[in-house]
Amino acid sequence: MLELRTVSKRFGGLNVITELDLEVKEGEIVSVIGPNGAGKTTLFNLVTGVYQPDGGDILFEGHSILGLEPHEITARGIARTFQTLRLFLNMTVKENVMAAAWSHTKAGIFRSILRTPGMRREEREISQLAEERLAFFGDRLMGYRWNQPAYSLSYANRRRLEIARATATNARLLLLDEPAAGMNPVETHEITELIGRLRDEGGYTILVIEHDMHVVEGISDRVVALDHGTKISEGTFEQVATDPRVVEAYLGTSETSRK
Amino acid sequence: MSEDTPQRPDERQVPKVGVDSWVATHAQRVEGTRLQAELARIPRPAFYAGFAVFAALLPAFTSSGYIVRVGFDTLLYMLLALGLNIVVGYAGLLDLGYVAFYGFGAYAYAMLASPKFGLHWDTLAVIPVVVIASAILGFLVALPSRRLLGDYLAIVTLFFGQLFVVVMQNGESVSFLGLTKHYDLTGGPNGIVDIDNWNLGGLHVGSVQGYYYCALITFMLALTAMYLVDTSRTGRAWKSLREDPLAAELMGMPVNRLKLIAFACGAAIAGLTGTLFAALNTTVFAINFDVSTSLIIVYAVLLLGGAGSIGGVILGAIVVNVSLEVLRDPNHSTWLFYILIVGVLVAKIRPWRVLAGILVATVAIGYALRGICAAAWPRGMQGEPVVGGALGSWVNGWVIHPATPQTIANVCFVLLVVAVLGLTLLHGWQRLVALPPTLYLAAFVWNNRLAVEPSVTRLILVGVILIVLMNARPQGLLGTARVEIA
Repeated sequence: MLELRTVSKRFGGLNVITELDLEVKEGEIVSVIGPNGAGKTTLFNLVTGVYQPDGGDILFEGHSILGLEPHEITARGIARTFQTLRLFLNMTVKENVMAAAWSHTKAGIFRSILRTPGMRREEREISQLAEERLAFFGDRLMGYRWNQPAYSLSYANRRRLEIARATATNARLLLLDEPAAGMNPVETHEITELIGRLRDEGGYTILVIEHDMHVVEGISDRVVALDHGTKISEGTFEQVATDPRVVEAYLGTSETSRK
Repeated sequence: MSEDTPQRPDERQVPKVGVDSWVATHAQRVEGTRLQAELARIPRPAFYAGFAVFAALLPAFTSSGYIVRVGFDTLLYMLLALGLNIVVGYAGLLDLGYVAFYGFGAYAYAMLASPKFGLHWDTLAVIPVVVIASAILGFLVALPSRRLLGDYLAIVTLFFGQLFVVVMQNGESVSFLGLTKHYDLTGGPNGIVDIDNWNLGGLHVGSVQGYYYCALITFMLALTAMYLVDTSRTGRAWKSLREDPLAAELMGMPVNRLKLIAFACGAAIAGLTGTLFAALNTTVFAINFDVSTSLIIVYAVLLLGGAGSIGGVILGAIVVNVSLEVLRDPNHSTWLFYILIVGVLVAKIRPWRVLAGILVATVAIGYALRGICAAAWPRGMQGEPVVGGALGSWVNGWVIHPATPQTIANVCFVLLVVAVLGLTLLHGWQRLVALPPTLYLAAFVWNNRLAVEPSVTRLILVGVILIVLMNARPQGLLGTARVEIA
């Protein structure tokens, strides 16, 4: 579904991503792990069009998405969440989700002012879509919360709302940037289940960055380990977790071998 | 939780985390009093309709053309603020060149309906042309600036606003690249005069009242349109753009296009307002659209009412423009001056015995100085007080009015500024002791100098009102409190 071919990205003299190959197949959950600064979030920014790669090609469903604006990439079916939450804080919970329906809706200003039947039907559909997507998270984001501003939500609920917002774009590929960051063990457990449900019930293909190894173990079909912008290991969780290069990337080499 | 809560899709036993009454009662904690809660239940269109009825009846209550004229100006500010609200309040773009579109609309109307070029178009034909041309101009201005953010955008648009004024000011002799002969396009500093009245398909608008109703109808139409856009796909996208442009872009919203649309819509409303302005005044001059005269007031209206709030535009325009008019009368402005001072003292000084002591001390200083003055410098008592009315009889008793107050009051004005600055450095009892002389100085300067020149002091007073109100309610009168980082 998503394929990166020898993608490179430099910031000045710093090679953040070097000739990275990566493939995500339809219906897979792939985790990207790696120490801080390994280039994981840059990878997401390249896929979503925030940055343009300096080399290589990125294909989504067989077509290159290089040179597209981020909103065009979203319209093609890739949506993401952010490591540092970027909700529309002063809009209501439901508005946050409804706003994300932009790319598959049409009504412009004139139709909004005239309230044409088509526009009203579309509004009803958007509203229904938002309610459905919020209902996916149980009653956490339901009822009275719809009309509360997003800033009134707890941290964990904000993470949930970001996922709900990303799904409202009708994307098929979700990029989740540290969905369990800052959550307590119960919430972490829950988000692990939720990611599985997103794939099983929602039919999404998921690429996820995660530091919490319990989450990675619980959800991943495949794990990709990055360090200094290159892929150092790929495979099942067990294979990657026991790979000496991965251990080295996280913990450093042993005293004896360094000297 | 209310009964209309939809059924959760799965009834799995999930641990209850984050579901608590504290979050559930968020709305009550934010909203505050019961009155506010009751007011919030009334649908907003009811308020707008109420305003429309009240505004429509205004000319019936008064025979004074002056009051209707002030009402007309207030409606113009409402229209301008409504357009600016799209750009600043919704899309969050700081546009300091906004009044140029207002000026563009006014000049465009003047050129198409005046003896200037011998054109006398029907207003029903001029309006679409002006609105579309303004929207295109807004689009063009936004084109190079759409990638700029915050202060950078502000500088570029400010430049555009100044450019407009300079071009209109010097447009009396324009030659296309020096190839053609020189044409007089804008009349230069003489402006364009003798502009036609609105002519709506044979229906001539001639009176101030007629224009008042035209402005009211235009405003209500624009307001309705804005209200409908507010709850639409585009409205949500604009608000998303204001909240977080990067997130909006990544959620599929074409941020650059949305900015262009916002600029074009704001410019269209401003241009439309310009046609009303030009027609009622029958003249347009470049200085009408200067940054210092119109832009600041439009921004004051918008921010005072609350950026992003449609109702705030109405309230903001009324507060700003009506206070500006009311303060033309020295007696009115004196009332406001003393009410502001006493109000701030009441709010800041506790307990009330200290407050009473300070007020008594101020008046006592006044009588003491009058006594000294009568003995030592009789001319100091011979001035005629400017302030009259009930307040005058309370105040004039203890404030000295010299025969020629100009120089001494100017010196005292400087002293007053120094004293106020000095007050901020003092604390505790020192400040309390220093307060009465400073207050007396303020009263002296006001009565002898500021009350004499209402055209200047009204701006100072409105500025003070703005400072006080914005400190008390940073989100504006009807705006909702915004959270930037949480």
